[in-house]
Amino acid sequence: MEGIWKKKDLLSLYDLSPEEITYILDTAEEFKKVSQRKVKKVPALRGKTVVNLFVEPSTRTRMSFELAEQRLSADIINISAETSSLKKGETLLDTAKNIEALQVDLIVIRHSAAGAPNFLAKRLKAGILNAGDGSHSHPTQALLDIFTIREKKGKIKGLNVSIVGDILHSRVARSNIWGLLKLGANVTIAGPSTLVPREFTQIGVRVCDNLRDALEGADVINLLRIQHERQQASYFPSISEYTNIFGLNKESMRYVKPDALIMHPGPINRGVELDSSIADGPQSVILEQVTNGLAIRMAALFLVAGCLKGRDTSQ
Amino acid sequence: METASSRTLLFDKALMDTAILSVAQSIVSEYSPKDIPRLAFIGIQLRGVPFTERLVKIIGKLTESTPEIGTLDITMYRDDIGMRKALPVIYETKIPFDINDRIIILVDDVLHTGRTIRAALDAITDYGRPSYIKLAALIDRGMREFPITADYVGKTCILSGEKRIRVSWTETDDEDAVYQIEKKTQGTK
Repeated sequence: MEGIWKKKDLLSLYDLSPEEITYILDTAEEFKKVSQRKVKKVPALRGKTVVNLFVEPSTRTRMSFELAEQRLSADIINISAETSSLKKGETLLDTAKNIEALQVDLIVIRHSAAGAPNFLAKRLKAGILNAGDGSHSHPTQALLDIFTIREKKGKIKGLNVSIVGDILHSRVARSNIWGLLKLGANVTIAGPSTLVPREFTQIGVRVCDNLRDALEGADVINLLRIQHERQQASYFPSISEYTNIFGLNKESMRYVKPDALIMHPGPINRGVELDSSIADGPQSVILEQVTNGLAIRMAALFLVAGCLKGRDTSQ
Repeated sequence: METASSRTLLFDKALMDTAILSVAQSIVSEYSPKDIPRLAFIGIQLRGVPFTERLVKIIGKLTESTPEIGTLDITMYRDDIGMRKALPVIYETKIPFDINDRIIILVDDVLHTGRTIRAALDAITDYGRPSYIKLAALIDRGMREFPITADYVGKTCILSGEKRIRVSWTETDDEDAVYQIEKKTQGTK
C-alpha cells in the first residue's frame, strides 16, 4: 500500500496534517527496532548523499542526525559554520547551490535565521530537513517529544501537556505546540511573563504565569532550557530567581501527578530549570527522548528521500 | 487517456485451501521429526502474513508442534527508494526468536519478479545466520527478474507482465479469493 507522505522537505509541523504527523510517528516505530538489532543498519539510503549543514552550532541534534544517516547507509558530509565559506562572506544560497552541484540528495540544515530551511527548500531540488531555525521551528525535536509521549501514554488526544520556561525564544516550544494541538492535546505554557507571549492564547494554548497552575493536572511536563546564549536583554532579574519561581524541584514536585512524564530537550542546566534528583528520577523520560530522536530522524530522512522522484541522475 | 482495470476470479476459497494444504504437506514431508522443531516461519508483509498463519496452523496439526512465526517488512531493503512517487507504508517486523541455525521458511503470497525476495534475504541475514532459508509462495506467476525460485509453490500460473495477481485474505481484505487484474488503457472520451 502506498504511504501518505508526499513531501520532499520537512520544514515545520505547522505545514503538516495530523495524519502526516502520525504517519512519521508510525514509521519511526519500525526504525526504532533497527537500533535494537545486532546489525543496526539498513540499506534504505544506500547511494544517497546527505549534507549536514550546521551554520549554528549543535552537538546532540547533529550527532543524532549523523547516526541516523549512518544507520540508513547514506554517505555523509558535515559542514559547520566555522569551517564553511559562509565565514568568507558567501551567501547561504550560494553555499547550498554549490552543495547541490555535487549531486547531493538531502540537506539537513541548522541556522540561526528563522525561515532559512524554507528559503532553501523553495530554491533547491534537494530534500531539506530543518534541524532548527532561529526561534521558529525544530520539527524533529517536537516529533521525538510527541513520539515519547505517545509511547508512554498510548495516545496524545486529550492529554494535558505543560511546557515551562523561555517560550519566546524556543523553537522547541513552537514546534511542540503546533504538533500537540494538531493531535488534540491540551497545551499549557508557563514562565516569566516576559518570556511567555500572550498571543499563544489565540491558537488555543492556556497561558499560566505561575508554575503550580501549570503542574497541577498535567500528564506531561516539558521543561525548556534557559538559553543563556539567546538572552541579550534581561527578561528576568536573575537565574536564581528563575529557579525559585519556575524551577522544578522537590518542593514544586508536590503538585505533579505521580504518573506525569518529566521531559527536557537537553542540555539540562541541572539545578536551574530542573533539580538533579528529578532529572534522574523515575518520572523522567529525558534519555528515552534521546533514543527516540534517532528513530524519528531515521524515519524523517527515509520519508523525505522517498519523495525525490526524478532526482536520481540514473533515471 | 484514462485507465480502467478489469478483475477476473482465478481461484475461490476452496482452491486456495487446497493450495495452502499442498504447500503445508510438501514442507512437512521434507523434514525428519528431529528437524521439525528447527523450522520457523517468516511471513512477508502484507499478504504473506495471513498465508503464514494459515500454513503454520496446518503444519502444527500435521506435526503436533507449534512452529514459531514472525513477520517481515522489506521496505527498508527495497532497491527503488526515490524512484517511485511515494514509499509504501512500513508494516511491523517482528521476529521474536533467534534465527541462528534454524530452518527459516520465508513465506509470501505471490512470487513475481523476485525483487521482494532479494530484499527479504538481505533483511533476514541482518538478524543472524540461519542454516537454511527456504521459500514458500501460494502462487508463482512467473516473469522473474532475479535468479530466484520457490521451494514450495501452491499454484503456478504464468501471466504476462502487464497483468497483476491479487490475493485477498479475510484477515486483510474480507474474503478469500485470488484475482487476476488487468489494466486496460482506453481512448479519450
